[in-house]
Amino acid sequence: MAAAGNQRVIVVGGGLAGLAATVRIAESGLAVDLFSVVPVKRSHSVCAQGGINACNEVARQQGYSEYEHFDETIYGGDFLADQHPVLEMANWAPKIIDLLDRMGVPFNRTSEGYRDLRLFGGSLFKRTHFAGATTGQQLIYALDEQTRRYESEGKVTKYEFWEFLWPVIEDGRAVGIVAQDMRTMQIRAFRADAVVMATGGCGLVYGKSTNSIICTGAAAARCYQAGVHYGNPEMIQVHPTAIPGADKLRLMSESARGEGGRVWVPRKKGDMRAPRDIPDAERYYFLEERYPKYGNIVPRDIATREIFSICVDDGLGVSGENQVYLDLTHRDPDYLKRKLEGILEIYEKFAGEDPYRNPMKIFPAVHYSMGGLWTTFTPGSYNPAQARHKHKSGSPAPIDAKVGQGMQLGAINNAMTNIEGLYAFGEVNFAYHGANRLGANALLSCLFDGLFCGVSVANYVRNAAPSKAPAESLPAAAYERVTQQEEAKVKNLLSTVNQGNYDEKTNAYVIHRELGVEMTTACTVVKSDARLRQCQSKLGELKGRYANVKLGDAAGWTNQSLSFARAVGDMLLVADAIALGSLERKESRGAHYRTDYKDRDDANFMKTTLASLKPETRDVSVQFVPIDASLILPEARTYGKVAADATSAAKQPVAAGV
Amino acid sequence: MIATISANPTHATPPTKLGRKVRFRIKRCEGPGKPSTWNTYTVTIDQKGANVISCLQQIAANPVTVEGTRTTPVVWDSGCLEEVCGACTMVINGKVRQSCSALIDHLAPNEGDEISLEPMSKFPVIRDLSVDRQRMFHNLARLKAWVPIDGTYALGGGPKESPEAQETRYALSTCMTCGCCLEACPQFNLETDASKWDSSFVGAQAISQARLFNMHETGKELAPARLDALMGPGGVSDCGNSQNCVKVCPKHIPLTESIAAVGRAVTLHAITKFFRG
Repeated sequence: MAAAGNQRVIVVGGGLAGLAATVRIAESGLAVDLFSVVPVKRSHSVCAQGGINACNEVARQQGYSEYEHFDETIYGGDFLADQHPVLEMANWAPKIIDLLDRMGVPFNRTSEGYRDLRLFGGSLFKRTHFAGATTGQQLIYALDEQTRRYESEGKVTKYEFWEFLWPVIEDGRAVGIVAQDMRTMQIRAFRADAVVMATGGCGLVYGKSTNSIICTGAAAARCYQAGVHYGNPEMIQVHPTAIPGADKLRLMSESARGEGGRVWVPRKKGDMRAPRDIPDAERYYFLEERYPKYGNIVPRDIATREIFSICVDDGLGVSGENQVYLDLTHRDPDYLKRKLEGILEIYEKFAGEDPYRNPMKIFPAVHYSMGGLWTTFTPGSYNPAQARHKHKSGSPAPIDAKVGQGMQLGAINNAMTNIEGLYAFGEVNFAYHGANRLGANALLSCLFDGLFCGVSVANYVRNAAPSKAPAESLPAAAYERVTQQEEAKVKNLLSTVNQGNYDEKTNAYVIHRELGVEMTTACTVVKSDARLRQCQSKLGELKGRYANVKLGDAAGWTNQSLSFARAVGDMLLVADAIALGSLERKESRGAHYRTDYKDRDDANFMKTTLASLKPETRDVSVQFVPIDASLILPEARTYGKVAADATSAAKQPVAAGV
Repeated sequence: MIATISANPTHATPPTKLGRKVRFRIKRCEGPGKPSTWNTYTVTIDQKGANVISCLQQIAANPVTVEGTRTTPVVWDSGCLEEVCGACTMVINGKVRQSCSALIDHLAPNEGDEISLEPMSKFPVIRDLSVDRQRMFHNLARLKAWVPIDGTYALGGGPKESPEAQETRYALSTCMTCGCCLEACPQFNLETDASKWDSSFVGAQAISQARLFNMHETGKELAPARLDALMGPGGVSDCGNSQNCVKVCPKHIPLTESIAAVGRAVTLHAITKFFRG
């Protein structure tokens, strides 16, 4: 058995999940090599705004429980997630908040000095902890600081500005990676006894989204090409409220609604009056009228479809454009400043209007990938003879929140992909969120994977295959083979420089732009058989053009065009999987809505979409595999929607959270 | 069409004139030690909300100068595009700021207006507009800018905190390590030799982070070590009090207050050390 001192783990991605994994694994005594395309502090987790969910003492005394958080997450995800892992995550959530608190995260406080809470989508209880409206930034900074501390102690080695290119897989086991230095452009192999992918989502497949420019999904796509299954690719969350922009669509956090923001349009089509001149009776607060129980805090997929339908089907968008009002002007400006300053400042800066005095104009935008690399788990000790009916909100929980009832702590296959030793944490892990993610559950799933499943990685390295055949003792051939494969790809791309001048057909930036437009039109809010087939044929055309892609830069130093062009090829394959998953899932569930199959079909599709790539043809194939639904029975997911004819009557609207 | 909304006049954006052409004068450099040159490109503003990033993206797709010369695409750093990651900082029309929040309607409202882009000057240029800001992260390690917790096992919550204390810490904690304050500081200079970083002025960013962690109940355990580091050469006394830092901080962090507070703490620390020997 090799000495633990020589065993290493590679973590790819320095967002919240990657950093939490790094800290946990380094703490267990294993050396960690951390790879990131940016300084880890600049990872996309900084964009998370609203908060992080966890059962807390106030909510608990009002009848809330970890179990209800679990139930909300399953219901919110429209019964697609494997249930045991979600239970464990909800049970762990309060511990995670405590830990972040100890790390110094400046959570907002009550006047007595306790952690403050806010309302968020999909719950009737205040269970969202927050640090202003930049919670993700504050959380990742805390983890960045702890990582820097371990780096100073020599336990962690950072490889920033290094791009992951391919996993090294030997005898079915991940034993390292090949990566490229984005400055010197050097390509080399790194050995490791386990590899954790924590590389986030794939928003760039849609061109413009709320994601950072680095969220291409390329790293996950490379694992997928190397044989890792991709789960539920078609489950892409479109966030209801974003600010349109030329380079990206900026998120306007759900916390704006949680703090009382009301969504409305003028009742009269083509009403061009200034919003403040439109009296209350002539405003259509369509979410409050259609969903009296949840009002403006219905889950994201529902709010998105309602906004989409108001604008596209009913033509009621503000000023005749695809936009609706998100109105906070009835709230006290001082209160707003304290709770939402970060996001209101973003609106002011990028839209050029004062959101304290004027309702914001927003529209849905691609935001989050529920799908991702497919992973496994070992169920925990809670296994009721029969699945229970949906939990009645506020009623006593059937179980307590002891560790290990959802997932077995330390089981080596937790969050492991179908490739032994290759793990997927955070957004790139398909688990937890099913067909729709609840607001403020993403930060939680990142930290939970890092802290809980990080133990699984350490156990795997110490007790399983790596303990008998450590990566450092393996022959060099496998590493050399993958290095050569990646060098050949680069050589091939660089050889296209100066082969004819600018041509739209073979320009990586143009191909990417067209990909984004196509995917946004065909694979977001509403999908249909005909439109998806058209999308597939467009993807075929784009792949054909990509095969002849021409680069505009031959530099052997900081060649960003090379990285980008390479990633476009990977994005096209993710797009293929999204389109085929969307086509084959002939039902509507959560974020996936088919106009030709409007109902949920549990008999055929309460299953995970498992996408894999045929190595010979590079074509995607999907199959549907059963899920773990042994804890909660599915039921219709209505959020108490009232019948359409009942909504036309004028009602006294009540804003949520006020 | 959207003119019906009367915006706060101080923040009002001029209406977008779609189709206008804007010139970008960009300082180029192929790599460390290579000479700098300028290229000028024309970009057609064809979307509302255009910013420096969207224009650089347009240039990247087809980099042809006003003289008709095809060049390599311009290299620059970017990330979140909503001014919260700090990556896309550069010098725009002579002022250091993030390029994502640099709206073209503000900078170049009319046909033919010109915008100049340069890399920050206080950090080594990697290529074109991309610079190496490793020194800022190095300084965070130098000042032990973290809370020394006992590990990640569940040990209960952190210390209680008043809303006032939280609000002060939160403001300091929004620092995104962008480097604007250092670019604007007359005392913070380019230093390519990493071995000299520990004796060169740390600047407002790191000093303010030292204050942040010294304020935290557990973080203050390391306050003596932080103050030791800030007492010597390159420490807080190197500040020339120009107050440029606070003027350019995109997060409006009270940097000069931080420098003053840390300055007082260092003085007190020095006196205490003197009497304790």
